[in-house]
Amino acid sequence: MQIIVNNEPHIVQTNTLAEIIHELGYGTARIATALNGDFVPASQRKHKIVEEGGVVEILAPMQGG
Amino acid sequence: MLFYGVELSSRLMLGTAQYDSPAILAESVKAAQAGVVTVSLRREAASLQTGQAFWSLIQDLNVPVLPNTAGCHSVKEAVTTAHMAREVFGTNWIKLEVIGQGDLLQPDVFGLVEATRILTEDGFNVFPYTTEDLVVAERLLKAGAEVLMPWGAPIGSGKGLNNVFGLRALRAHFPKIPMVVDAGIGKPSHATAAFELGFDAVLINTAVAKAGDPIKMATAFKLACQAGLAGFSSIPMEERDMAVPSTPTLGLASSLSESFI
Repeated sequence: MQIIVNNEPHIVQTNTLAEIIHELGYGTARIATALNGDFVPASQRKHKIVEEGGVVEILAPMQGG
Repeated sequence: MLFYGVELSSRLMLGTAQYDSPAILAESVKAAQAGVVTVSLRREAASLQTGQAFWSLIQDLNVPVLPNTAGCHSVKEAVTTAHMAREVFGTNWIKLEVIGQGDLLQPDVFGLVEATRILTEDGFNVFPYTTEDLVVAERLLKAGAEVLMPWGAPIGSGKGLNNVFGLRALRAHFPKIPMVVDAGIGKPSHATAAFELGFDAVLINTAVAKAGDPIKMATAFKLACQAGLAGFSSIPMEERDMAVPSTPTLGLASSLSESFI
């Protein structure tokens, strides 16, 4: 199915947020996730189903003021 | 002065953005002896991993972090970003930015109050980036904020304290609330002035990162903050309109000659 990850289209084979993160190659990176604008804690990713067209945000630490 | 129960090692909060290299950032944080460093979140592709390298650098500095919600223009965005930041950085502290006007990066104070209420109920310690408006400050405190971060001037402008009267009034109105002047500070003298007004800390980023010599400037800000804080706590003399001689006149030649007439 096609989903949007960080504002770009991706075709993925899996459908839970945890599986999608693994499929996209994030491994054990220190990241935070949101689905369709709502925060999804790391502990909930394996239960969170992403549907066709779902909007996933994957954020990592960056410099800030 | 406690910020949500934490005594900082210094009153200088330093942003981590816009440095020419990670090494210059690290040396600047050390030179400033920053009590807090501010950090943020961004979208990261799996292949880049730049965020992971940045996080390693910050951890090595061993300075408390204050994540921000920079770039958020709505309550929903800011609240979601705050939750993501809490998980990534492992802290309840959040510098809450809800931007309402793009040219000046002026806070949307209505959204800020609402986001402060939501995040406080969710267990966050909110550092709201606000204006110097007294009524907004009152609402932020009622919404649960225990620290206020009024702007000195628009972010990155380097204009210093744009409304000294307003900042002084804010300080006087809430004498016991920890307050940080955030944004607009361009020179060390601006930081000193903030402390001389009675503010408890300053948050600086561009002024150090974009200085010709960031590490030297970080040192200058460290000294300026120390000078301002020490000056304020020493209780400065009051201004006068007329001159008052500081050197005693008793015993001057002119007064001696007058006494013989």
